[in-house]
Amino acid sequence: MDFKRVKDYFSWLYYQYQIISCCAVLEPWEQSMFNTILLTIVAMVVYTAYVFIPIHIRLAWEFFSKMCGYHSTISN
Amino acid sequence: MANPGGGAICNGNLHNHEKQSDGSASGNCPKNGIVKEAQQNGWPHVYDKPLVESFEEAPLHVMVFTYLGYGLGTLFGYLRDFLRTCGIEKCNAAIEREEQKDFVPLYQNFENFYTRNLYMRIRDNWNRPICSAPGSRFDVMERVSDDYNWTFRFTGRIIKDVINMGSYNFLGLAASYDESMRTVKDVLEEYGLGVASTRHEMGTLDKHEELENLVAKFLNVEAAMVFGMGFATNSMNIPALVGKGCLILSDELNHASLVLGARLSGATIRIFKHNNMQSLEKLLRDAVIYGQPRIRRAWKKILILVEGIYSMEGSIVHLPQIVALKKKYKAYLYIDEAHSIGSVGPTGRGVVEFFGLDPRDVDVLMGTFTKSFGASGGYIAGRKDLVDYLRVHSHSAVYATSMSPPIAEQIIRSMKFIMGLDGTTQGLQRVRQLAKNTRYFRQRLNEMGFIIYGNEESPVIPLLLYMPAKVAAFARHLLNRKIGVVVVGFPATPLAEARARFCVSAAHTREMLDTVLENLDEMGDLLQLKYSRHRKSARPELYDETSFELDD
Repeated sequence: MDFKRVKDYFSWLYYQYQIISCCAVLEPWEQSMFNTILLTIVAMVVYTAYVFIPIHIRLAWEFFSKMCGYHSTISN
Repeated sequence: MANPGGGAICNGNLHNHEKQSDGSASGNCPKNGIVKEAQQNGWPHVYDKPLVESFEEAPLHVMVFTYLGYGLGTLFGYLRDFLRTCGIEKCNAAIEREEQKDFVPLYQNFENFYTRNLYMRIRDNWNRPICSAPGSRFDVMERVSDDYNWTFRFTGRIIKDVINMGSYNFLGLAASYDESMRTVKDVLEEYGLGVASTRHEMGTLDKHEELENLVAKFLNVEAAMVFGMGFATNSMNIPALVGKGCLILSDELNHASLVLGARLSGATIRIFKHNNMQSLEKLLRDAVIYGQPRIRRAWKKILILVEGIYSMEGSIVHLPQIVALKKKYKAYLYIDEAHSIGSVGPTGRGVVEFFGLDPRDVDVLMGTFTKSFGASGGYIAGRKDLVDYLRVHSHSAVYATSMSPPIAEQIIRSMKFIMGLDGTTQGLQRVRQLAKNTRYFRQRLNEMGFIIYGNEESPVIPLLLYMPAKVAAFARHLLNRKIGVVVVGFPATPLAEARARFCVSAAHTREMLDTVLENLDEMGDLLQLKYSRHRKSARPELYDETSFELDD
């Protein structure tokens, strides 16, 4: 019955989200609208992270390694 | 401690005062207001235990989420208002008529916006009709709403035996009829209900005089006067005491009746921070040094307005320091003991007895009979010349109908019950039971980890909830579990500090309190309300032991 426990945990988590963000007092269509907007924003953030973060990390690594490499050639 | 039966506390009649003005302060003539045993020690019993108050701040993430929640509610409020003005949605709230659209807008300020968009969504937690006496258990009428709280309808069912944690029923005297109320029934048969006149015309009954003598005796003062309505006692008598050219120093969190009375009087009002003696002293010094604002003359009178117990915070006023300040700067003191009369103090005589002070130190003692006595109305007590002045000059005495006789008899009965004059010690037992219940409830709530405001000994217990959705969920869930609580939100408290306010009663048994505490524990876990970082352990502290087994 582990599946039921997981489901209970997620419904508890959803209830906490509703309580904290004041969704529990909104009417159902307002809740759906807010959830949609929030999920869209989160999806966009995740997509941007997925696309851009490896490129940024690679560029930053190259920049710092070039600076350290330059520094080491100076000290030589 | 005073003996039950009230014999040790001497009464405050005029005769005693005349005897005392001979100058004899010791020996056969005990001083007014000072307990006999303490008098034998030579000095009055002053409150020497430290005042334990806590106003813990919430963790930062809680405040952030609270404001985010309100922000989201505000955004949706703007959206709904836009839909209403466009005509897409029907507007159920109050709007101006077509002809008034070009005038100054009536419903656009924040209060109305908040009411329309935030309060309406959770409105079903307030104004719930009940249909029984507000004892320790009561019956609530069930109601539902089909259009998200704009209108309600009653289903016809009654929720029976809901545990009452919201009524101001501190000593359990607001109950349905039983044989001890026989005298009230007799007075009802003899005098009827309506008085049909004001105090100045033909509305002063012998019942009022009996009641006023009893109130003066209860409080150990010279005289008292009673009024028909507690709110009107404050708002109609402060204008009779102070006027233009006087200064009122009023606490930040005073009740609306005090604020209204102060504004009606026309005096200058300055506000000091809640229960903060440094703030009050600074204001007093500035008032005495600089006088009136432009003409620099001395103030005619300086009146300090405080309450005994503040109902939204549960804090008790720091009376000894205020009395010391008042004597130093020659100001007058007005205490509103609406919640504290009958509920604090070893024999239930209010904050003055709680701190062991002399009632003659306080110039005007005001209180209401609504909370601990199970009736309605208010009183003002103090020196005889003050009360005589109010009998002539109070607006309430001139224009308002006086107290109804059965209500006066109910107060007489309750007061005699508390003082022990009816021959039993049940009154004193109830006061002690209330103190015990208060301490137990507060201690358990602190152990569970909730944030509780106020003094350890005050029977009014605010439990902080902070987020608006939790406020609604809390009240609804508890009503489903047959516990009735009062939750308070924005206009009565600061925006981010919504709370649930419990009023412990002497009529609550240990089992009822335990039931409530269990349910609160579950609600606290379900809604994640246990914010306190100073959770006290239920086990006794180990460092109380004086010897350790280290050296063996």
